[in-house]
Amino acid sequence: MAAFDDATLERHGVTHEEYNRIVELMGREPNLTELGLFSVMWSEHCSYKSSRVHLRTLPTEGKRVVQGPGENAGAVDIGDGLAAVFKIESHNHPSFIEPYQGAATGVGGIIRDIFTMGARPIALLNSLRFGNIDSAQTRRIVDGVVRGIGGYGNSIGIPTVGGEVMFDARYSGNPLVNVFCLGIARQDEIVKGIASGVGNAIYYVGAKTGRDGIHGATMASAEFDDKLDERRPAVQVGDPFMEKLLLEACLEVMQTDACVGVQDMGAAGLTCSTCETGARGGVGVEIDVAKVPQRETGMTPYEIMLSESQERMLLIVKRGREKEVEDIFEKWDLHAVHIGEVTADDKLRVKHNGVVVAEVPNLGLTDEAPVYHRPYAEPPNRAAAFVFAQADLKPLPSAGDAFMALLDAPGIASKRWIYRQYDHMVRGNTIALAGLTAGVVRVKGTPRALAMSADGNGRYCELNPRQGAKLAVAEAARNVACTGALPIGATNCLNFGNPQKPEIMWQFAEAVAGIGEACRALDTPITGGNVSLYNETDGRAILPTPVIGVVGVIEDAERVVGRVFPSAGLDVLSFGNNLGELGGSEYLNTVHGLLRGEAPSLDLAQEKALHQLLVEVIGAGCAKSAHDCSDGGFAVTLAECCFDSGATGVSVSVPAASTDGGVDLIAATLFGESASRAVVSVNPSDTAKVLEAARRLGVPAAKIGVTGGRTITIAIDGHGVVIECPVLDAEARWSNGLSKWFGGSAA
Amino acid sequence: MTFAVVVFPGSNCDHEAQYMAETVLGQQVRMVWHKETSLSDVDVVILPGGFSHGDYLRTGAIARFSPIMGAVKAFAERGGPVIGICNGFQILQESGLLPGAMLRNRDLRFHCEYISIRVDQTDTPFTTLCTPGQVLRVPISHGEGNFFAETSVIDQLEKDRRVIFRYSNVHGEAIEAANPNGSVANIAGVCNERRNVVGLMPHPERASERRLGSDDGLILFRSAMDALATRGALQAV
Repeated sequence: MAAFDDATLERHGVTHEEYNRIVELMGREPNLTELGLFSVMWSEHCSYKSSRVHLRTLPTEGKRVVQGPGENAGAVDIGDGLAAVFKIESHNHPSFIEPYQGAATGVGGIIRDIFTMGARPIALLNSLRFGNIDSAQTRRIVDGVVRGIGGYGNSIGIPTVGGEVMFDARYSGNPLVNVFCLGIARQDEIVKGIASGVGNAIYYVGAKTGRDGIHGATMASAEFDDKLDERRPAVQVGDPFMEKLLLEACLEVMQTDACVGVQDMGAAGLTCSTCETGARGGVGVEIDVAKVPQRETGMTPYEIMLSESQERMLLIVKRGREKEVEDIFEKWDLHAVHIGEVTADDKLRVKHNGVVVAEVPNLGLTDEAPVYHRPYAEPPNRAAAFVFAQADLKPLPSAGDAFMALLDAPGIASKRWIYRQYDHMVRGNTIALAGLTAGVVRVKGTPRALAMSADGNGRYCELNPRQGAKLAVAEAARNVACTGALPIGATNCLNFGNPQKPEIMWQFAEAVAGIGEACRALDTPITGGNVSLYNETDGRAILPTPVIGVVGVIEDAERVVGRVFPSAGLDVLSFGNNLGELGGSEYLNTVHGLLRGEAPSLDLAQEKALHQLLVEVIGAGCAKSAHDCSDGGFAVTLAECCFDSGATGVSVSVPAASTDGGVDLIAATLFGESASRAVVSVNPSDTAKVLEAARRLGVPAAKIGVTGGRTITIAIDGHGVVIECPVLDAEARWSNGLSKWFGGSAA
Repeated sequence: MTFAVVVFPGSNCDHEAQYMAETVLGQQVRMVWHKETSLSDVDVVILPGGFSHGDYLRTGAIARFSPIMGAVKAFAERGGPVIGICNGFQILQESGLLPGAMLRNRDLRFHCEYISIRVDQTDTPFTTLCTPGQVLRVPISHGEGNFFAETSVIDQLEKDRRVIFRYSNVHGEAIEAANPNGSVANIAGVCNERRNVVGLMPHPERASERRLGSDDGLILFRSAMDALATRGALQAV
């Protein structure tokens, strides 16, 4: 090999073996532009070369799946000929380098994926991970990310209807910003990213191309080190106004049938959108980059092809229909530019003022990308490192003190400071207001609503990646079921460290296996998603964090319930078994500063039965509220049912958990995080009916108390009252737990 | 009757206004693109919320040059009822149809939440069905809603009873703690001298169905329908 030196290949993230393969595929040495094309398309971010063999094992089919993985987003059938089109994606690396723009362009990117499919985006969610909140650096990143998400979503007018945030030191050098978007399309009008019809026109629409983001995909495929500042030019700048115009104009164009395919320009920009549409359609694509609108002078074909400037789309327009399409874009003051044609061969041919500067087989860039079976292995003595003994614990606080400490923990405290900065109502569909565990939007023109939730617990996954991933699927689906919705589909965002380390690859493989198992059992096929690897700084990886987005459908939007007890005088019922599991719990983390123990167990059949029960009793109008037990355990769940209720109290008496969680029976009962549990409120006249339904479905259920009064009172059988706290005191602690770090008030 | 909803590039509450008028109230709606020059035959004009032209300059500063604004001004001069909501209010300020200017919210953050406003004046086409002092629960959703005008202007507005809505608590007390953005005198909405052009930062069109949180905002649009039905299109009040 002579054409390129080692430094050039390294800068392109191309190994010697990969280079040899490129030469083989092309039958000659590539030129620099061609090397650039391979470099971005074969990057981890675009090719999934480390993850693909594992992702293939995920369940992707089901009777409601309209579009599985491989397109810009997945889609599921929601009735009436409509589909919910959704996907989750990460923008982790850019958000650490430049939090506002990194997060903003993450939102912009996922929105483009949805309207590219011909769907009108109607809801956003996000899943965020940051370092410890007592660090000023973390708070700067939190502030930037929240402003960035709001800045983009608010301006473009798509509501951010929910989300989740967790804080842990392991994310301090690698915050996670995962963004989910959902849109609605008619199933027969879904548009795909396919080029077809020789002679059809290739159009470029949207923002001009600049030098920003060149090699962004390659950056997202590397670890951070002390040269971080040098990577700043690889972050792009978002323009939500431009994207709003693109969104409206593209949806208007798609109402005609003048387009055969559409693809947004995300990672790897023009390169990815041209070769992928060509590869999917089995055709060639020829463009002249001199025709591409440019923001800067003197750009080379290499730079134009690799730029990741935001808010750009590629359209394949039927021959003879060009004027129609151009006119619609002109209406929106957008200039659609004819940059090339669909050709009969299978090549991506790039010209510059008529001169061919690159010619590469489309499939070489896409399907022929390397696939690695990276070695993986569980580190020896891994499990032993998580065993803890009484001696590791700090002196046990009283149950009441531990309760207040948990409500104050930023991972549990009210996220109002965050979601108040997001327009969570725009478009007039949001039913359950943000701040609840699942977002709910109605589907106009139907009696239905959709619920969606994104969840993942890196602590559980650190203890046991397979189990943690299963629990993430279960929790997301449970949150959806707690609104009354039947979970019908899922998307995943897999955030891990460096896959070239066998222990990281082991985490990844285990997590994917767990997701597959849980999604099969819960009937929520994976319709798409995203993998973010190399989340490491100076050799230290994040907690393994698979985030699962689950979408559910509620047949009668009028029946949706939230977490809050709506009034006094209701019976309070608990569903599920309390096994007192404290491994990986927020209690161990907050009170004892420990990440130890075993991740909670999970019986997927029990979990599924719980969802069926929730959907049934909420659908029948029997349950007035429902809230799942997760972070902080039963006591925190019960308290959260009282918050935002106007200080409606609750008094319950529960049996002790079946184990002491290695700590203490009272702590295990109150704060253990056993899965497959929920707290619901029910009119007393319906209690017998609900308990009978639980018996029929095999879900352990019991009446544990009533709503009313002004205190949260919890008694444990044989131990008497262990917590008695005025709702307003507890709520004040919970309301300020996050906002106090940002100088804000709860008011 | 027919509502016009003017759509600027970057408007994003246009669909909500349309849904409220068409589906909830069962009226005719004409979506008017900002490049049009005529409103034709409409009874009420709504300038909806959003981020017209991205709000990259001052909010509303570019939208005021849109071709349709000439027709909106002419409609207002004939006495036609015009309501500007959020960004629509800002556009009316930039156009000189309403007084004051918007500063960034006091805490420099975007706020989206339900708040309460008190109806201070009932002699505009959008408040005829309200009772003086009535409290409405409606959402706000803005980063720049901090109403500002010089003291002399505020004094004149107060003297002319042109402050129509004030941020208040649920009891109708316009106290500082109920002021979400730092607006002078808790001002949430004002009208022009002739009282037919009203602007407000909160979103009454979003509060049009109880299922979504509140239907308190409908009274503004029902008032306009009532005013027109009882008094005729161009002499609304």
